[in-house]
Amino acid sequence: MSVRIGNAPFDERVQHGIENDFMRKAVSSAQGRFRSQKQAAATELGNWEDWRTLGEEIRSHTLENIDYYLQQLSDEVSKRGGKVFFAQTAEEANTYIQHVIQEKDAKKIVKSKSMVTEEIGLNHALEEVGAEVVETDLGEWILQLDEDPPSHIVTPALHKDRGQIRKTFAEKKGYDKSDTPEELGLFAREQLRKDFLRADIGITGCNFAVAESGAVTLVTNEGNARLVTALPDTQITVMGMERLVPTWEDLEVMVSLLTRSAVGQKLTSYVTSITGTRLEDEVDGPEEFHLVILDNGRSKILGTEFQAALHCIRCASCINACPVYRHIGGHAYGSIYPGPIGAVLTPLLDGYDEHKELPYASSLCGACTEACPVKIPLHEMLIRHRQIIVEKEKKYPVAEKAMMKGYAKWASSPAAYKLSTKVARPSLKLWTKDETITNGPGPLKGWTNSRHFPAPSKKSFRAWYKEREKGAKSE
Amino acid sequence: MNVSLFITCLCDIFSTNVGKDTVEILERVGCEVDFPELQTCCGQPAYNSGYVKESKEAMKQMMRAFKHSEYVVGPSGSCVGMLREYPEVFKGDVVWEEEAKALAEKSYELTQFLVDVLGIVDVGSTFKGKVTYHPSCHMTRILGVKDAPKALLNNIEGVKLIELPVAEDCCGFGGTFAVKNAAISEQMVSEKSQHVSETGAEYLVGGDMGCLFNIGGRMAREGKQVEVVHITEILNYQK
Repeated sequence: MSVRIGNAPFDERVQHGIENDFMRKAVSSAQGRFRSQKQAAATELGNWEDWRTLGEEIRSHTLENIDYYLQQLSDEVSKRGGKVFFAQTAEEANTYIQHVIQEKDAKKIVKSKSMVTEEIGLNHALEEVGAEVVETDLGEWILQLDEDPPSHIVTPALHKDRGQIRKTFAEKKGYDKSDTPEELGLFAREQLRKDFLRADIGITGCNFAVAESGAVTLVTNEGNARLVTALPDTQITVMGMERLVPTWEDLEVMVSLLTRSAVGQKLTSYVTSITGTRLEDEVDGPEEFHLVILDNGRSKILGTEFQAALHCIRCASCINACPVYRHIGGHAYGSIYPGPIGAVLTPLLDGYDEHKELPYASSLCGACTEACPVKIPLHEMLIRHRQIIVEKEKKYPVAEKAMMKGYAKWASSPAAYKLSTKVARPSLKLWTKDETITNGPGPLKGWTNSRHFPAPSKKSFRAWYKEREKGAKSE
Repeated sequence: MNVSLFITCLCDIFSTNVGKDTVEILERVGCEVDFPELQTCCGQPAYNSGYVKESKEAMKQMMRAFKHSEYVVGPSGSCVGMLREYPEVFKGDVVWEEEAKALAEKSYELTQFLVDVLGIVDVGSTFKGKVTYHPSCHMTRILGVKDAPKALLNNIEGVKLIELPVAEDCCGFGGTFAVKNAAISEQMVSEKSQHVSETGAEYLVGGDMGCLFNIGGRMAREGKQVEVVHITEILNYQK
């Protein structure tokens, strides 16, 4: 199992996204909303850049000392009655969880939204051992009914509208009412409530674990994570090994950044921190608590030029800012982590072989880097990926490599360069009409398929300058 | 003040007028302008495509070309942004790191140089018209130049500056991206063209020739009448 979704080649996925008018309308209007709400929330908080710096410092300090904080977290969870399992791979995590399911003889499992369980394909593993899994986040539930992967890490069903959702509910659950959000929401609530009450096990992801107390923190708007953690007798939380903060004070900073960056909220409706198992004088919470801490390729990123990618708090503000995502949608990335952070993380977690196009699916506009609340230099990391693809992996088109070699010779030789300023115009003459190239040769074709290209000037700048200098001297 | 013009390869070959205007603007505000002929391309096409080794050959040539310059000024946020990245590219290189720092520290985009270094916001242009401005991504996000071009445009009496919707979104140029991912690039530039049309402006102004070729090329293909011009053409307008 891996982060991969779908088998279609990159260009096909992109084309599929571009042709999906509905998805594109939904994405661009959602991006507009998210961007302006985030802007307003950041302005209202004040000193946004200072907050970002603080967020970056906390994340960077945590990652620099991750061995220490993971040990501390593990000790604190154990002290409070929880069991901690460090999973090196997705398989190890799934196998461990399958064992818990079998040991408990669990039939029904409720889940709150979690990207890391998508990453390891947990639902599939649970079904393998005969358990029924119900996603309880509304977006995830819709996708589960529709057998569709998420297209966004915060709002997973962003690519669907209420008409489509109504249809899904009708086909899969016998829904017969309107497509108003109220009626759809109420129906989901009624359906899910039954599942909550009957579930044997609750599985959650983790926004941040607090090392000093062993608390697992969940940030939601629907309250489903509270039910997932309060009702079933057994709780399993799966977290990426980097998703922790040292202290409660750090948590406050990170949650402030997360909710504002993700959806422009000061705070989400629910921020839930759960510490260990139910105590004797408590009325709710699990009797048994398992914390699965997942590596799955993350520790390989530590100590590399990509370490800051592990600072990510999964707020999706880079995705919301991205003009490429805007036009191709999440599924085009072929990974459960789409957008700029997906283009950075996916090759790191799953190798370049299947994802070598992703680092190039960016105009390097830098909107992602500017949006990131913990200052991950996303667009620079995309360039690093490209460098590795070219220089180490050698996965380049042969013609491109030849062209770049030619480029290096041209740009390092003033004489060759000067000559090109003279011959550029005549050599494109065949394709030029009215100072415009509308059907260019070679690599220009990609451009001129959809745009005009200008003809080189009649006289290059340097030729003009030379004449001007001569004129000045003779005066 | 002695200024060496960094013309950029695009303007050198495709937009002689932008170079002329840049020279004339700089001279009008009292600069002594020279043009080091050894200059070629900043290295960006190769660097941004992952061909770092190849890009360094271009960068070394640029460092040689501008070694003795006091200031290096160019009509492009993106290309100047690349010069400013040189110290990062040559980090730890005993031969070139210091040269890279020296060039980065003295390099400016034209509007940035006028406003931030010379403190000039009025260059005496007599241009008249309804104008909208596309803030190129590298100009704003890599170089951090957000206000200078607008300050200069706003100080031209005849210019009516209309805000471009979703101005911060990339036009889809992205250098080799426009060819390598032409399908995505096309969608991005079509949306940009749409937004330009919505403003009702007669002129789309920008500070990077690559972006302007992209937007202008798309608008021309769509048969739109908006004139796409480099900011130097507006700033140097004298009639």
